[in-house]
Amino acid sequence: MNQWKNFTKGFIKENPVFVLLLGMCPTLGVTTSAMNGMGMGMATAFVLVCSNIVVALVKNQIPDKVRIPSFIVIIASFVTIVELSMQAYVPALFEALGLFIPLIVVNCIVLGRAEGFASKQNVASSAIDGLGMGLGFTFALTLLGGIREMLGNGSLFGFRFIEGDGILIFILSPGAFIVLGYLIAIINKMKKTA
Amino acid sequence: MAKKESSFKNMVVTLFVITMIAGFALGGVYNATKEPIALAKKAKTEAALKAVIPDFDTIYTYKVLPADGADSLILNKGFKDGQLVGIAIETYSNKGYDPTQIKIMVGFTPIGEIINTSVIQHKETPGLGTKMKDPKFYTQFQEKNPDSFKLKVKKDRGDVDAITAATISSRAFCDALTRAHVALKNEGGNN
Repeated sequence: MNQWKNFTKGFIKENPVFVLLLGMCPTLGVTTSAMNGMGMGMATAFVLVCSNIVVALVKNQIPDKVRIPSFIVIIASFVTIVELSMQAYVPALFEALGLFIPLIVVNCIVLGRAEGFASKQNVASSAIDGLGMGLGFTFALTLLGGIREMLGNGSLFGFRFIEGDGILIFILSPGAFIVLGYLIAIINKMKKTA
Repeated sequence: MAKKESSFKNMVVTLFVITMIAGFALGGVYNATKEPIALAKKAKTEAALKAVIPDFDTIYTYKVLPADGADSLILNKGFKDGQLVGIAIETYSNKGYDPTQIKIMVGFTPIGEIINTSVIQHKETPGLGTKMKDPKFYTQFQEKNPDSFKLKVKKDRGDVDAITAATISSRAFCDALTRAHVALKNEGGNN
């Protein structure tokens, strides 16, 4: 497969959030600011790349019947590594993301890519697929978080450009659904006309 | 290489090997990050201490049980040249919007006026409850004595301007401060 296509498909064509609609829980939960979205995206991307590489490496050693538990153990290990490292070196971000970091374990994107892609492809393609998908996820979360932060809080990446309160509903959970719905509609429209 | 057959022995061995490797790897990472995590936590508490009480050279720390008997509070008495300059109390509230405890460091002058507050831990809604870290909210407590300044939001007939759309977080903040103030009064005199 063409590696460039393999890498870029995660951004628009097969974007995990806007097209595949995977990993909705962290998507809706943490994207109250652009920074949170980006942090969550990067953490997930890291886990995706690592687990894809390892799964591709060991795929022939794992009997079919126990592949899901094996993949989960591999993914969970990387998630715990991310969690501990974040706690140690970026405590502020860890505090903001909190519960959602351990939840990367059950993020459909990670297991989905391990099962659907890495367990059938070679190491290089799997790594590129993980990176593309991870960055696509990061892009989607940052966009969503950025829009919600701008509308709801009047700031972007923490830089305030209007004083006072924004439209508070965009910070609350309903705002996540509203913004996500519009973004999906726009992406669908773009895909149709393209 | 051909795919391994799903025989009982193969499955057991595979899972055993994978979990064992994962276990060792995580043990290693845990050990490596243990110290930085502890340091990060300590740095945070120290920064909070410096933010809420003026220049001090020695600190005397002990725990007290609050009046309502739940988790203990941490009292930090700050001295400069043997003179008590401020008392920082690490207090908490369970009444936040998120079940996670809100932890606040609040500094009092020896006569019981609030010097400053600093939020150490919380999981309030970003953009709403997190505004308790904004100067607009916390400066209203500075130089106030809770004896005369009622630590309740205006909706509850107190003196505190609540954060817009985050009354629950504001109430929790007041709850934590009240706990600290009561503990301070119970301690009072015997310094």
